[in-house]
Amino acid sequence: GNWARLAAQQSLTQDQLLQFDTFGNVSLIHVTDIHAQLMPIYFREPSVNIGVGGNRGAVPHVTGSDFRKLYGIEDGSRSHYALSSGDFSALAQAYGKVGGMDRVATVVNAIRADRPDALLLDGGDTWHGSYTCYHSEGQDMVNVMNGLKPDAMTFHWEFTLGTDRVTELVEGLPFAALGQNIFDAEWDEPSELFKPYQFFERGGVKIAVIGQAFPYMPIANPRWMFPEFSFGIRDENMQAMVDEVRAQGAELVVCLSHNGFDVDKKMASKVTGIDVILTGHTHDALPEPVLVGETILIASGSNGKFVSRVDLDVRDGRMMGFRHKLIPIFSDVIAPDPQMATLIEEQRAPYKADLEEVIGQTDSLLYRRGNFNGTWDDLICDALLSEREADIAMSPGVRWGPSLIPGDDITREDIWNVTSMTYGKAYRSEMTGEFIKVILEDVADNIFNPDPYYQQGGDMVRIGGMGYRCDVNKPQGERISDMVLLSTGEAIDPAKNYVVAGWASVNEGTEGPQIWDVVENHIRKQGTVSIQPRDNVEVVGA
Amino acid sequence: AMALLPLSAFAQADPNAELVGAPDDFLAGADAAAGDLTLTAPEIAENGNTVPISVDAPGAVEVRVYALGNPTPGVATFRFGPLAGSQAASTRIRLAGTQDVQAIAKMADGSYQTAMKTVKVTIGGCGG
Amino acid sequence: MASGVKPRVKAPKKASAGEVVTIKTLISHKMESGQRKDSSGNVIPRSIINRFTCDFNGENVIDVVLAPAISTNPYFEFDATIPEAGDLKFTWYDDDGDVYEETKSVAVG
Ligand SMILES: [Mn+2]
Ligand SMILES: [Mn+2]
Repeated sequence: GNWARLAAQQSLTQDQLLQFDTFGNVSLIHVTDIHAQLMPIYFREPSVNIGVGGNRGAVPHVTGSDFRKLYGIEDGSRSHYALSSGDFSALAQAYGKVGGMDRVATVVNAIRADRPDALLLDGGDTWHGSYTCYHSEGQDMVNVMNGLKPDAMTFHWEFTLGTDRVTELVEGLPFAALGQNIFDAEWDEPSELFKPYQFFERGGVKIAVIGQAFPYMPIANPRWMFPEFSFGIRDENMQAMVDEVRAQGAELVVCLSHNGFDVDKKMASKVTGIDVILTGHTHDALPEPVLVGETILIASGSNGKFVSRVDLDVRDGRMMGFRHKLIPIFSDVIAPDPQMATLIEEQRAPYKADLEEVIGQTDSLLYRRGNFNGTWDDLICDALLSEREADIAMSPGVRWGPSLIPGDDITREDIWNVTSMTYGKAYRSEMTGEFIKVILEDVADNIFNPDPYYQQGGDMVRIGGMGYRCDVNKPQGERISDMVLLSTGEAIDPAKNYVVAGWASVNEGTEGPQIWDVVENHIRKQGTVSIQPRDNVEVVGA
Repeated sequence: AMALLPLSAFAQADPNAELVGAPDDFLAGADAAAGDLTLTAPEIAENGNTVPISVDAPGAVEVRVYALGNPTPGVATFRFGPLAGSQAASTRIRLAGTQDVQAIAKMADGSYQTAMKTVKVTIGGCGG
Repeated sequence: MASGVKPRVKAPKKASAGEVVTIKTLISHKMESGQRKDSSGNVIPRSIINRFTCDFNGENVIDVVLAPAISTNPYFEFDATIPEAGDLKFTWYDDDGDVYEETKSVAVG
């Protein structure tokens, strides 16, 4: 309650939160996967994040109390709230919202006060994920990020704005747009729009920042929106770029990556000569770097919830040491930067009435993160089942989207925060039981293939109206079993047709109402949403 | 300069060259071992209709590529002439689904080499 | 298919004698596989480029047989040795009997 919140606020000041003994001669500031969250939000970290193969039980595949034990985090503490799951609603009441780009600006400015030439690097998934971002086609985020003055950026969801818009925005950026793995699809040559790397001279050190965009863009997102581009991990080209920048005198090589954590871990083991990988895409927040050979991996969370600061001592062309802090953006502790607050207000002003309209209330925690289920997705699946009159609902296992806590109003902005995208139409089609299994097997292999290079970094497609069992350690084709239609309790018949409603299809020409309208209509009818975590998926082998 | 020659059906390919066939047709009972032949293909295809592949077979006179899971496995035959700068080539191929792609090289001494790569063709999904 | 078929080649305009150069070619062609059916269930007849060759001053660089599994708009990348100044000649053979040619001159010096 309020007492706890007051106590919590008194126990931490902005100065304490930002305290950092400046170290070495170079500072890196990393933000990633902001997903257009300009305002403070709640964001519950996952309670289920299964690692497979060599990454079983390794971070970031450690959650809840295991995570707290691993890092020595006290139960009920601010770090518990920010970094792990468990007691989320109560702790959110006590510690308040997180993020807000005006708070992020305060933190960035404070680091720059310590180290004026610190490099600010944005890992991408920036121009996607909100009502204002959708309606301004990314312009709100470009304006706000330009105010933050980053030095370089790489990309993922940005491409879902379509080739023309991405090209227009990238050509106007006052900083480097990087991606060594972004190629012209027609001639298989490096894209002219995106440079592989950028050199910076900071603290007397020659720094090369190499960009690595999301490798599986045309698979995970609709390739018809950006057919001119080809991606892939291209780790051989990454090695060539590292060798090239070293030959040009780079003393520090930083990879600004959107590979996802496990893919970066594998890439770090194959490519030599990278000092720091700033990872993104899988939305992990780790309070300590992970060391792979001589490369350190930094994971800075998502949705504007964290800023990472990495200070490095670079001498004689070598990284001699580092100091790191993952700074949670507690929005009640950090004062908003007034200039940035004004800039954000300007972006939101044209849409204010639409954003703030209250559609309903929730008496339950609404969250998304987790390998199989989240209450937000359960609610979206319920909306699809009832509004689209379907037997089975499918909702994509994306990792973005903030949480709401019991007692919150649900505004239109909140609905868009978990649904906004440029291919959001809610389809309704017939699928055989066999085809539904093929889909589940396909997606499961994109998450649980033991080789990280086959992982696309999302979560399992969310299913409404159907239960199933998933054995994560089996090969593709054998993971999914015991599919049951919940409305009848009957086993799914491979030969029978079922009406399936879903959204975020990567197929061109998908028809149906926009998902945010489907969800809004459903919530209006509910008035107050009440939804408990579901157990329609039985997970084996975790 | 580009010229479009509306030649008649005479100007056909060498009829012997038309068939890529299946691995057994090419090997005709011979064995193929791993060697210097490399086959490069992505772990996951961005698009099953256009999957980039490369073969590099130092010392080969001919390389054939097969998609073992397609309705017909033959994909292409590469024959290297006297002015080939290497015995390497790249193209883009169609894969009907997740499957093994195989390359077999016939070497100058008449022996065969082979290389295999699994390419995953996925329905696609979503992400972080 | 003869209409709209457009070959494109990327090759260096200059090389030194004996140099190995990389060449890329594309030709716009639907490469109808002969395995698809139209909306009334009839097989759409096969119509592909079935052979591609590159020669330099009449000597062969590469000779490729294409099956229907080659993608729409066939793409090739390969290396050629340039012994002297002359012409790279590229030839694509269509199932319908048409032949498409492209020539690129390479200077040596
Ligand atoms: Mn991403
Ligand atoms: Mn993301």
